[in-house]
This record gives sequence, structure tokens and C-alpha cells, in this order.
Amino acid sequence: MSAGAGAGPAVGEVVDVGEWAKPLPGLDAVNGPYWKAAREGRLLIQECPTCGHRQWYPRALCTACGADPVWLETTGRGVVHTFTVIRQQGMPAFKAELPYVVAMVELAEGPLVFGSMPGVDPDLVAIGTPVEVWFGVADDDTGVPFWRPVP
Amino acid sequence: MADRTPVIVGIGLSDFPRAPHLDGVQHHVLAAQRAIADAGIDKSSIDGYVNAGGSGGGDMVDGAIAMAEYLGIDHRYLDGTMTGGSSFEFHVQHLASAIRTGLCDTALVTYGSNQLSRMGRALGTGGMHRGPSRIAGPMGYEAPYGNSLVGSYAMHARRHMHEYGTTSEQLAEIAVGVREFAALNPNAMYRDPITVDDVLASKMIADPLHMLDCCAITDGGGAFVMTTAERAKDLPQAPVYVLGAAAAMTHWNVCQQTDFTTCAGEKIAPIVFGQAGLTHDDVDLLMFYDSFTITCLILLESLGFVGKGEGGPFVAEGNLKRGGKWPMNTDGGGLSSCHPGMRGIFLIVEAVRQLRGQGGAAQVPDCEVAIAAGSGGWLSAIGAVLLGKEAP
Repeated sequence: MSAGAGAGPAVGEVVDVGEWAKPLPGLDAVNGPYWKAAREGRLLIQECPTCGHRQWYPRALCTACGADPVWLETTGRGVVHTFTVIRQQGMPAFKAELPYVVAMVELAEGPLVFGSMPGVDPDLVAIGTPVEVWFGVADDDTGVPFWRPVP
Repeated sequence: MADRTPVIVGIGLSDFPRAPHLDGVQHHVLAAQRAIADAGIDKSSIDGYVNAGGSGGGDMVDGAIAMAEYLGIDHRYLDGTMTGGSSFEFHVQHLASAIRTGLCDTALVTYGSNQLSRMGRALGTGGMHRGPSRIAGPMGYEAPYGNSLVGSYAMHARRHMHEYGTTSEQLAEIAVGVREFAALNPNAMYRDPITVDDVLASKMIADPLHMLDCCAITDGGGAFVMTTAERAKDLPQAPVYVLGAAAAMTHWNVCQQTDFTTCAGEKIAPIVFGQAGLTHDDVDLLMFYDSFTITCLILLESLGFVGKGEGGPFVAEGNLKRGGKWPMNTDGGGLSSCHPGMRGIFLIVEAVRQLRGQGGAAQVPDCEVAIAAGSGGWLSAIGAVLLGKEAP
């Protein structure tokens, strides 16, 4: 199944998007669980058990108080905080998808997360548009969270 | 007691906007030679060296320690702070302190890049990563999504429009005004006059930013010499005084920006104006980092020249144009003249030129105080320097 097929993926669905040709994160001890969870259909952020601060991207410390954060699974829902429509991009894997939306999404749980909406008509996106996550499979250890307007 | 007030006594530019005969290191060298000659100092008197690198060769080629060796500088103060395009405003902040406290007496700052000749015009949209590679560190959280450098600024413009009703026409006025100055600079990359309609009709690169909202991509290099007011007494050029310098960041990667309508300018404006004992109305010239039209607007507001959200109507009234209340980017800016990747040094060089009265056709009448405000990264790291013709 591809991202654009039929009614599209359900919320949090993990989608085989074919051979992965885009850059990926370098996996390490801190970010590994984040990308692995995405591979399994879960979007994680971090929460601090000491001060309650929530953060994205995952780090080895809470940026508010310096303590050790723990994982928090999100609902995978949010609204568009701001966005752009990329109309020129030199890298082939992205060039093939032009134009596409890159956005900051404000999660229901609070933090802003960065992402994109491949296959979504840019005219359907505005600041405030409710969106939901889906995940593209990059490899066995890495899923990539993407966004689309809530139908 | 010797007057250790920090002053700028020499400035130099390499060849631009197209200089295929120079590599990055040669841009550093040519700008340094010209700044040293302009200052009228012996090279051997330089005991501080500052360089952010970034010209494409890597730290071991054009970083601070590598270039100090290449230039043959016997330094006792060295700084390689790299914050992107605002590095040079951070450098002035650091050097002002170093010179006051005697860590060095005479310092050279250099920059050079053959961006255009080496990579063509791919900087803004070429993609930072060339293939399905693994990207280490926080940038890995952006890498899979195909953003562009232009897109990062476009997200700021979009949010600013949403919150304050700022329009593409208002942003376009910034590009039009800077182009008017570029027409007066024989070395500027683009000199033909443009209109608001031209900007709006230019190709959309990343909504809502059009091609003419984006800076040029050029080759170029710059350098300046800082020393004490005491030493400046024996030198040929009238010294330009560092009245204040402040710098800070809110984030580095754009995915960590939390308020897309502003930047660290809000944090540093009270510091830099407080140091100088000046108000915004004392400023005669704005040298603002114009990577994109929106960059200028956010600097203008965050540094307090106008209230938050008031920037759009203010620029549309022509206040930043030639003859306006605060003429901006009299050398033609990054938008139309020179942007080899990190423009912050050119802001300082042009401010000094204007304060000396060497601005030629673009000279701002009675220019006594100028502000150079750099933006590094994605409105990430902001540095502001107040420069004056008279001693503080």
C-alpha cells in the first residue's frame, strides 16, 4: 500500500512506501527508541518525571531542569503551527514529490514537532489545520513520522 | 592610562560577486591584505585572530587555527566562534572584551567563500544532504523531510503573516529598497531596478517566499581590524567606535524554533542599546542581515525599531529606503549585492565605510551611528553591534 492509495493510511498506520531514497537520522542510544517506535506505529515525545516538562526532539536530559526524561506516547494528533510549500528542491527523492508541504505541528500533548506531508495537496493545508500522523517504513529500525489533514 | 576603547581601524573586501580565480582561502587572504593596508598597520602588530571558517574547505583548511597558520599570525588571542552568518557580530562582542582587558591589542577578523564558483546557486534549495545518507545529531530529525534553507525562513514569514497580517507586498518593499542601493554599487550582483510587482511575479521558491525575496548567491570575502582607541591615534583612518555588542541564540536547528515571528533580537536589544547609552532614534543606518526579506522584518521588530507586528506597514511606507527614516543595507545587501554564505562581516564593513563618510553615491548624510545585526542559521543566533563615529 502506498501513502496515496485508496482512502490513505489510518491514524498511526505504518506504510510501506517502497525503496527509501531520502536521508535518514543516524541512530544512537538516545534517538534509537524514537525511530524504532515510529517503525511500530507510535509517535513518542519525552516527559520529565521531575519537573513535568515535555520535549521534542529526544535528548539525554530535560532541557528545563536537567533531569533524565522518560518516553511519553502521543495521540499522533495536532494542528499545523506553521508551514511552507517546497516548490524547488535539488535532491532527486524530494524533487519527484514537488510541490509538498513541510510543517511544524503543534501536538495535542504540547510540543512542536517538525515534519512533512508528502502526497497532500498544499491547498488543503493552513495554519490551524488539524493533522494526524502516519509512518513511512525506511528500514527495520526506522519509521518516519509524516502528517496529513484529518479527513 | 591608555584608552582601551575598542575601535575598528581597517576594512577590506576581496573580489565579488563572481571571482572564479579565487578559492575560499584566497578570499580570506585578499580581504585580509586589503584590511591591513587600509588600517595602515604592520602585519606583525596583529596579536589576535578570529575566523568562523565556513568557506567550504573544512576546519583544517579554513578554520581559525588553520588560517592563523596560513596567514602567519603570531597570536595570543584566537577565537573560532561559528554561529553561521552572525558569527562576525559575535566576534565583535568577544573582541571588544578581549581588547578592553588586554588579552590582545590588535585583532584581525577574516571571512572568505567561493560559494558561487564552487557550488553554483544550490545553497538555498539544493538540499543539504545529497542522498539516502545517515545524518547524525539533531539535524537527523529534519533530514527525512526535504525542507530547504528557504523553507525555514518561509515558515517564519507564514506565521508572521498569520499573526499580524503582514503581506507579500510589504515584504517585497524590502527587496525593492535594497535593490535601489545595489544600483549605486558597481560591484553588486544585481543592479537593475525592481518593483513590488516584479518580486511578486518572480518564481515561488517556498511559499510565501519568491525568488526575489531571497538573497543572491555570490563569491566574496571580508576582513576588519580592531584595536584600541589609543593605537588608533597613530593610524590613518578615523576610528569607528564599538559602542555596544550583544549576541544570543534561541535555537540552532529550525525544528527547535518556538516562536516563528521573532528571534533572539528581543533578548539582545536592551543589552546593546544599554551598553551604548543610545536609543533607536540615535541610529542613522541599519545594516541588517537580509538573507531573505522576512529576516529584515523580524530583525527590525525584535530589535525594537518598531513594535511587534508593525514592521510590514512600516517598511511599506519606505522607511528603510534611501532617504527614509532608517536606510537599510546601503551596499545593496545580500538580497542584491553580496552573499557568499555568511554575510555578517559585510554588515560591519559597510557600516564602517558609511561612518567614515566613504559611502560614495549611497552615503547616508550625517551618518554617526550604525547598527550591524546578523542572523545565523534559521533566525537562530543573532548578534547586534552598535558602531559610532564619535567616542562613547
